[in-house]
Amino acid sequence: MSLKVESTRIPTVLAPPPLRLIDDAGHAVDDSQTGGFTLPDTATLLSLYRRMVIARRFDVQVTALTRQGRLATYPSALGQEACEIAAVASLDSGDWLFPTYRDSIALLTRGVKPEDILASFRGDWHSGYDYNKHCIAPQATPLATQALHAVGLATAAKLKRDSTVALTLLGDGATSEGDAHEAFNFAAVWQAPVVFLVQNNQFAISVPLDKQMACRTIADKAIGYGMPGYFVDGNDVAAMFAVTSAAVDRARAGEGPTLIEGLTYRIEAHTNSDDPTRYRNAADVDVWRGRDPIERLEKFLVSEGALSDTERASITQEAEDTAAATRECMTIKAVVDPLELFEHVYANARPALAEQREALAAELAEDNANQAADTAAETGTHR
Amino acid sequence: MSQTIPGIAHRAPETLSMASALNAAIRDAMTDDPTVVLFGEDVGPLGGVFRVTDGLYAEFGETRVSDSPLAESGIVGTAIGMAMYGMRPVVEMQFDAFSYPAFQQIVSHVAKMRNRTRGKIQLPIVIRIPYAGDIGGVEHHSDSSEAYWTATPGLTVVSPSNPADAYSMLREAIASDDPVIFMEPKSRYWSKAELTLPVQTAPMTSAVVLREGTDVTLLGYGPTVKTALATAELGAQEGLSIEVIDLRSLSPFDDATVSASLRKTSRVAVIHEAAQFGGYGAEVAARLTERNFFYLAAPILRITGFDIPYPSPKLEEYFLPTPDRILAAISRWEWN
Repeated sequence: MSLKVESTRIPTVLAPPPLRLIDDAGHAVDDSQTGGFTLPDTATLLSLYRRMVIARRFDVQVTALTRQGRLATYPSALGQEACEIAAVASLDSGDWLFPTYRDSIALLTRGVKPEDILASFRGDWHSGYDYNKHCIAPQATPLATQALHAVGLATAAKLKRDSTVALTLLGDGATSEGDAHEAFNFAAVWQAPVVFLVQNNQFAISVPLDKQMACRTIADKAIGYGMPGYFVDGNDVAAMFAVTSAAVDRARAGEGPTLIEGLTYRIEAHTNSDDPTRYRNAADVDVWRGRDPIERLEKFLVSEGALSDTERASITQEAEDTAAATRECMTIKAVVDPLELFEHVYANARPALAEQREALAAELAEDNANQAADTAAETGTHR
Repeated sequence: MSQTIPGIAHRAPETLSMASALNAAIRDAMTDDPTVVLFGEDVGPLGGVFRVTDGLYAEFGETRVSDSPLAESGIVGTAIGMAMYGMRPVVEMQFDAFSYPAFQQIVSHVAKMRNRTRGKIQLPIVIRIPYAGDIGGVEHHSDSSEAYWTATPGLTVVSPSNPADAYSMLREAIASDDPVIFMEPKSRYWSKAELTLPVQTAPMTSAVVLREGTDVTLLGYGPTVKTALATAELGAQEGLSIEVIDLRSLSPFDDATVSASLRKTSRVAVIHEAAQFGGYGAEVAARLTERNFFYLAAPILRITGFDIPYPSPKLEEYFLPTPDRILAAISRWEWN
């Protein structure tokens, strides 16, 4: 049975163009497109550029390591750097970030070491960084669940009269989940200091956005919840930063939540086990490669005379150092202790779990004894 | 069994229902710890549909007691975020079957967060679930959902059967650094006892022998403890000495207390309202058998609801385990 509907949809107003500050060609746009937002200063743009280049280099490196079979999986954010870096750059160090599995470069940008980011993708443990130090929640795998956590944390901060803001990253597919709806609604009713940044990369694994929703934009949904929504060119880091920073400021000022949609594109496959040729055209990917967020800002900075050779060299160096550190951490032999499996499940010890731990410890001891015996026997034979 | 707490001022003895005892526990916890917050559906000015949160909104104000939007996943999901920021949320699921929209948040995050983060993030959340039947409720208001939660590592699942335990166990659950599914037997909400608050009973993870006996051990929890005690009374008239244990904690299971009783009586039956197949009694029977096989004189029995959805009010009396049905089941064992 086909669920394909032949254009019986009630004609709606066409989606407006996303607001932007710098166009595809790297030129500052006229006021008709900016939505009233102003271009960040050159120092800020340079900093955003630096962080995007480093993030891109890390992402490409991790994808390469995954293709070599050295990581279990890696969901790439290639092409989405403007959204990811703008999100992080708009936050103060005490604000909380609630990322998804695709947002590893946001973690990197917030100062998490490559080895700690890769702990989960390497299979060492389900997650592996210091959440409280970095104010970053574990990367969420179940879609949109983390948005509710962000609303809860932001509400707790509000109750304690702290100035902490929470920002959660979501994908376009995740907005179909009930938890996204509940998070938007709770946030608006409770006036929680939270920012929802939806990276509309146009695919939920293979399913395009027009099979997720029938409305013009994701940002349009905001009005239904009673909060502002912004439809932004997600490959324009200047616009993403300006809008996200304004939303963070608004939350901090006690004016409640904001929904931001960054229109971007997932250049890579969903993960290394996906085959995008089955559901999208290479030509479409090429179009979006042509709208690269890094190249766009680079053109702008060059035209402004703001990107010196020294600066460029310094950025390249830092990017290569990050890539080297990322490769290097694959050589670190992670210590995985099977007995740790029992350690963190409960704060309060359980006798029955201790019994299972002892059973595994006995198995391990027996394995070790057998191995030692085998080694001794082999050594004897070879002698 | 309940006792006063040394070094703490106690109130005058008062007769309290289980609902009032739960209310007092939340009030006292909120008074003692400013990080305890309460929210859920209708828990504010109304005081909850069972009045368990009666008066708390007036006493603590909207910042600590609030009506949430009507969405259970949202309630649990936001509680997680609050706990990450140092709060101790106590949330209500209004009715057993209305907790299911929160299933993902509970199973994938509440239960797993501590393990996922190697203990760096703890979620001291209490999820109160009024459960089970025998209240003439319409559909979706009488489920016994405990096995969904006990099958999930990371959750502590407890169920009081009387007002003293209700107070003591809820205080302990709120103070616990582990998330607790706190299952309140609706049919017992109006049962009363004289209490001298703050009362402290056995630790919430312990089972308690309520009545000693030598022939059979009956295991109950929540609503079926009353049934087990009534069965013991009836059994005594027939010359049967029945030991009754209130499990109180479903996860963890108090192996030591229950196994000791089994080794004394050598016959065990477990009683619950939930359906039998894959129910909590299956785990009880299996683990007791594994640990005590040679002490058993007969197979462990499960006397439970039938393997059907919970029936409508006029039919629930046929569904619920009764003392007669329990005694009949026990009598079918081979006695020599």
